[in-house]
Amino acid sequence: MNQQQDAAGWPLWEVFVRSKAGLDHKHCGSLHAPDSKLALELARDVYTRRQEGCSIWVVRSDQITASDPGDKDMYFDPMEDKVYRHPTFYKLPAEVDHM
Amino acid sequence: MQESIRVSQAPELRYLLRLGDLCLIHAQRLGEWCGHAPILEEDIALSNIALDLLGQARGVLTRAGELAGGLDEDQLAFLREERDYLNPTLVELPRGDFAWAMVRNLMVAVLLELLWQRLQESGDEQLAAIAGKAVKEARYHARHAGDWVQRLGDGTEESQRRAQRAVDQLWPYHHELFEPDPVDEAAARSGLGPRWAELREAWQQRMAAELRAATLRPGADSAFRSRGREGVHSEHMGHLLAEMQYLQRAYPGGSW
Repeated sequence: MNQQQDAAGWPLWEVFVRSKAGLDHKHCGSLHAPDSKLALELARDVYTRRQEGCSIWVVRSDQITASDPGDKDMYFDPMEDKVYRHPTFYKLPAEVDHM
Repeated sequence: MQESIRVSQAPELRYLLRLGDLCLIHAQRLGEWCGHAPILEEDIALSNIALDLLGQARGVLTRAGELAGGLDEDQLAFLREERDYLNPTLVELPRGDFAWAMVRNLMVAVLLELLWQRLQESGDEQLAAIAGKAVKEARYHARHAGDWVQRLGDGTEESQRRAQRAVDQLWPYHHELFEPDPVDEAAARSGLGPRWAELREAWQQRMAAELRAATLRPGADSAFRSRGREGVHSEHMGHLLAEMQYLQRAYPGGSW
């Protein structure tokens, strides 16, 4: 059995919620549901207690492409030894100095 | 054993008890689903709905208790006997299978949505405030149940069969909801709330649309009339109350 389905053959969905005062959607968990509409309904009960003013996104897990942890060294090493990679040598005008 | 209380027959009190008892007994039946729903997420949803309804019941019964001369919600819930409970028979029937529960949820939620909508303009400020909050909950309950009825009716052969059986069995109990009577008449005249009979057409239209979308047909009409709103209940009600009231009856005056 595909790991992304439950016993009833329902796919797995990832749930992202933006709370009332929140700025962005945060991943808060996953659940199994037969379709997107029901996934939304269920997410509302499981993750938000139907708080007003929050927004929910559901995405089928198999639609998400994730980076490979094995590539960490290659892509995400900050290269601290090569200071010229970081734009820190510019003298900024005083009025924008807090960038 | 704690003695039962009797409440007055004043029409405004009976009007409130019908509504409060509807929410309370429906919540009790939904509570029986805890840990038994087909999937975990649905288990949570059903409990949420039950909790919403219990909250509505508490609000209405608290207000009813004030009108009844200083009774509280607990006394009204735990110390009234079957004949003083005024919920429609529909909500006291056993919980049935999932299709049955969803069809009943839909019938009740559509009724409550229509009722709360009108009750927002109640002359009783407290009731109007409860209605303002409850109408949002009822809207969600109706959508939740409607979605499921559609999935089941338009699902497999087996789910269609069960959903249709639920409609056929539950349908005769809806007539009671819209029977005109003096209690509703008095409430309408005093501005407390609408006659439930005024909601009949809107309810039937909504239900017809929901059932059509689910490829189900409404139940056949019959002369049968349940009379729970008058305190005349089915054989299930006594058992439900025995379970619900046991502790308070056995240990009177306990606080929790």
